[in-house]
Amino acid sequence: MSETILKVKDLKINFKTYAGIVQAVRGVNFELNVGETLAIVGESGSGKSVTSNALMKLIPQPPGIYESGEILFNGRDLIPLSDKEMTKVRGNDIAMIFQDPMTSLNPTMKIGRQITEVILKHKKVTRSDAKNRAIELLTQVGIPMPEKRYNQYPHEFSGGMRQRVVIAIALAADPKLLIADEPTTALDVTIQAQILELMKEIQKKSNTSIIFITHDLGVVANIADRVAVMYAGQIVEYGTVNEIFYNPKHPYTWGLLGSMPDLDNKSDELLRTIPGSPPDLIHPPKGDAFAPRNEFAMAIDYEKEPPMFQVSETHFAKTWLLHPDAPEIPIPDAVARRIEGFLAKEDQVNG
Amino acid sequence: MAKKLVEIKNLKQYFGSPSNPIKAVDGISFDIYEGETLGLVGESGCGKSTTGRSIIRLYDITGGEVLFNGENVHDKKSGKDLKKFNREMQMIFQDPYASLNPRMTAGEIIAEGFIIHGLYKNKKERQEKITSLLEAVGLNKEHANRYAHEFSGGQRQRIGIARALSLDPSFIIADEPISALDVSIQAQVVNLLKQIQKDRGLTYLFIAHDLSMVKYISDRIAVMYSGKIVEVGPADDIYNSPVHPYTKSLLSAIPLPDPISETKRTRIPYTHEEQDETASFHPVNDKHFVYGTEKSFQKWMNNTSI
Repeated sequence: MSETILKVKDLKINFKTYAGIVQAVRGVNFELNVGETLAIVGESGSGKSVTSNALMKLIPQPPGIYESGEILFNGRDLIPLSDKEMTKVRGNDIAMIFQDPMTSLNPTMKIGRQITEVILKHKKVTRSDAKNRAIELLTQVGIPMPEKRYNQYPHEFSGGMRQRVVIAIALAADPKLLIADEPTTALDVTIQAQILELMKEIQKKSNTSIIFITHDLGVVANIADRVAVMYAGQIVEYGTVNEIFYNPKHPYTWGLLGSMPDLDNKSDELLRTIPGSPPDLIHPPKGDAFAPRNEFAMAIDYEKEPPMFQVSETHFAKTWLLHPDAPEIPIPDAVARRIEGFLAKEDQVNG
Repeated sequence: MAKKLVEIKNLKQYFGSPSNPIKAVDGISFDIYEGETLGLVGESGCGKSTTGRSIIRLYDITGGEVLFNGENVHDKKSGKDLKKFNREMQMIFQDPYASLNPRMTAGEIIAEGFIIHGLYKNKKERQEKITSLLEAVGLNKEHANRYAHEFSGGQRQRIGIARALSLDPSFIIADEPISALDVSIQAQVVNLLKQIQKDRGLTYLFIAHDLSMVKYISDRIAVMYSGKIVEVGPADDIYNSPVHPYTKSLLSAIPLPDPISETKRTRIPYTHEEQDETASFHPVNDKHFVYGTEKSFQKWMNNTSI
């Protein structure tokens, strides 16, 4: 088994606002191995971006509060580190790719300088070495004519090219962990496919671990080894990509899978929806946070928060439906049919 | 055959200086039939939103014509004619955060059209109409007195839809109505749009870049690339037997929520071949057309298994 690079234990993050304390992340646990990709999926407001920003210690304090928990990166807890120590971790050990390539680059700086800035900060190299390294990085992320591009400003790049530059900056100091916060959401499907291919290629080459945050399940299926489904600040289901897609256990995961039309969907049937909207995290509901939107909710869901039930060695789900005393609830028809369809297609191909 | 509600003939929309224009929409023609949903897909910058905005007169077009029920939309019209036309055609915008006035309540936003068109002058009648519209989009009457910031993204888009419905239009242009919303909320809004279409017999032009959603909602699909429509046909034909290499490339790039097939999917890259002036629409069957020169069309057909 490969070694663990990151271990997050019972992470809780609150924000102090005028309206009250928002419990954005409410006890998150996960692990990441070297060279592995973990996808965190969830709706906006589910705490996935807060979790990833917290790993980089990018939560402003105040209003943010690291309420409890540990972030163990290579065995060292990042939460007590000072800003100065953290600067060494950022870029060097952990780097981040942000969602919007239009706003994450400095419009007044040539992109060459934006890359060398990182290299000069973290490595003891000369300026010309840094420049060579930057051009090498631009080539690596697939930007044509890197020498010419080196001296251009962000506005001279298209959206997809800008995101490549952002990736080049993230890779500049050879990080061991790459956090990508919706890196392809603002891009077209064709460009998205290219960026995903690029990230997989980089991972293969340098054995980087990736945390990939997205709400697009198609992208998750494409890139992830393991998946964490987040809802209302908690991980509600956690497992390998095949377990989550072919054997989902949590009703919220069913809802997410069902609400995406697939290309074989008949257009006369309505999409399955998750009724209502996510809970207010200033006053998180008692019991299971998903209960009010869950058609299979039981009385206990409104009373007591479910623990993580273990489904298999790698698969966990936080729902009372997995309790031995719970009634057997089959996966909703639409979702089951789709999974069967996928697996049947697979059998056909394998002959 | 259904009646043609909207006919777009050689529509051109250029921006910038006349000597070196940016050809956002470069001579496109298509029809939209009554009661159908036409999906318009393409990557950003291909001109799909410009097409929608030109049809509804948000831009003064450079050339060509748009016929709505046989009448030219862009003819110079008196204020009265224009009002009549505006009641028939409405738009739902992409960003529910930017398209609602933050200083107006939901009720005021929906009633704005009534004031402009002098409808429902009786206060009680107007209130009833607002309530019925809010209920039609899954909100309730209490929501009428709230401001935009008090709503979530999905609810805001519902208000946008209620506003578009307020004047009982027959044709709605939806410009990426769901791309700013969460997955679970997207499904709610799409179901709502379908339901409303069924109840009111509306015709939609659905502009989007999310191909799986477009496939789901559309009867026919038009694929746009660099200001031109390259392929148009029934949704199933476009998905199951695309002919134009761009359509093929676009379809091959969609990630599916199926990890096993994802490991095998290979993207087909697209290199654009410039088509000369002999390019035109070639029929694949009686409803499915591909744009190109005779020669490229033959080549593409040979590469396609139907």
